[in-house]
Amino acid sequence: MSTVPDDLKYSKEHEWVRADGDVATIGITHFAQEQLGDVVFVELPEKGATVRQFSSLGVVESVKAASDIYAPISGEVVERNMKVIEKPELVNSVPYGDGWLIKVRLADKGELTQLLSSADYRSHIGETAGAGGD
Amino acid sequence: MATEAPTMRRTPLFDKHAELGAKMVAFAGYEMPIQYEGIVAEHREVRGQAGLFDLSHMGEFFFKGRGAGATIDRLVSSDIAGLAVGQARYGLLTNERATIVDDVIVYRISDGEYMMVVNAANIAKDRAHVLAHLDQDVAFDDRSYTTSLVAIQGPRAAEILDSQVGSSVQDLPSFGVARRHILGHPDRHLVVNATVARTGYTGEDGFEVFVANADAARVWDALLAAGAEHGIKPIGLGARDTLRLEARFSLYGNDIDETTDPIEAGLGWTCKLDKEFTGRDVIAAKKAEGPKRKIAGLVVEGGVARHGHEVTQNGQVVGHVTSGTYGPTVEKNIALAYVPTPLSKVGTALGVRIRGKDVPATVVKTPFYRRPE
Repeated sequence: MSTVPDDLKYSKEHEWVRADGDVATIGITHFAQEQLGDVVFVELPEKGATVRQFSSLGVVESVKAASDIYAPISGEVVERNMKVIEKPELVNSVPYGDGWLIKVRLADKGELTQLLSSADYRSHIGETAGAGGD
Repeated sequence: MATEAPTMRRTPLFDKHAELGAKMVAFAGYEMPIQYEGIVAEHREVRGQAGLFDLSHMGEFFFKGRGAGATIDRLVSSDIAGLAVGQARYGLLTNERATIVDDVIVYRISDGEYMMVVNAANIAKDRAHVLAHLDQDVAFDDRSYTTSLVAIQGPRAAEILDSQVGSSVQDLPSFGVARRHILGHPDRHLVVNATVARTGYTGEDGFEVFVANADAARVWDALLAAGAEHGIKPIGLGARDTLRLEARFSLYGNDIDETTDPIEAGLGWTCKLDKEFTGRDVIAAKKAEGPKRKIAGLVVEGGVARHGHEVTQNGQVVGHVTSGTYGPTVEKNIALAYVPTPLSKVGTALGVRIRGKDVPATVVKTPFYRRPE
């Protein structure tokens, strides 16, 4: 698994977005979960709630601290990941897979252009291109 | 950030932590390892096998002379006069207002020599407090900055340490203390003088090994190497905190301080009220009238309670959380909180205000975790 997959968009606050038509899946990056440490609690918005780009959408708590998660894009929540609420450690073990947080119906696809590419995100976290695989 | 660096102390094991890839944090004026592979994994390794801790930041005071035992007995809440050679006891340094200056362990190492282990953040304060009450015939020596402490804790700790010492530690009782040589394994390449005590802060069997700074790295390496086949791992301060909270050990600065008294803190058992010690009369009076508030154990659902969070009942704030975490062994969010005495009964339904929401919390019996016999 790459620590910064090429097919995703990223926010500076370390969330990722996978857009698929009108719906986008949101999670936190490998880098973010590593910084947080063991995630033990996840608080996510209900289905039907609206999230706004760069506003807080929820909270993940590690053993040591609580951290806000910011919505990388705006939209209506169409699904929240019940599996990650039950097993918060999925955020650590598979941040780009079963550790996703919510799916939203995109309000404005144009917002995606305000996000970072994988290359930009790599340099944002101080990783040199191509050095991210593990 | 850079401006803070020059005042930070490092233990003699600093380079070991760097080699092991530890995440370092500032703690009590030291750069200390908070975690190596991760808090939850480290926590489980201590409960399951064994863990090695660098606790060299802790303070060590030495008292020598005929009056040493009597002096400490007047400073500390517990029965120090009754300590036999080779015994250790937990107790509190209290002040005239009967609040808690520090929590300490006092070790009677030989007939006229005692060691008091104090919290790193309190070394200077405790030294001043002790010196203000010292008898003239007692020699006091603060060796905090020349003594290192390596703790080995967990069900395999005794076996591992035993393979490294000149004479066995298996028969050392809980809260026993003895001098031992650490010899190294398997070729006995070391001769390190150590003070070994069967004490700890994890809720597991284990030992604390006090050595001179110059010997710390060799003892650390010997124990890690000898423990490898038993699954020993280095453990950071993060897991130390989750381990101690499950075992319901108080943390100075969080659960107890100079605004809390021993009775409300649930530490009345450390106070020997039929002897003289600082604050004794006030403590006895508080005990007789009963505390207005008490520390209670909580299990919290729907978030992790943290130090400073408010405790509520029907929307009213009734107390505050002093320690809170996710407990990796009990697999629950656990906390300690001061609440009015009537609300400290097991089974009481309370709330903890987390991010503006009162999430359900229930008063439970402590310790949250007790090791299997």
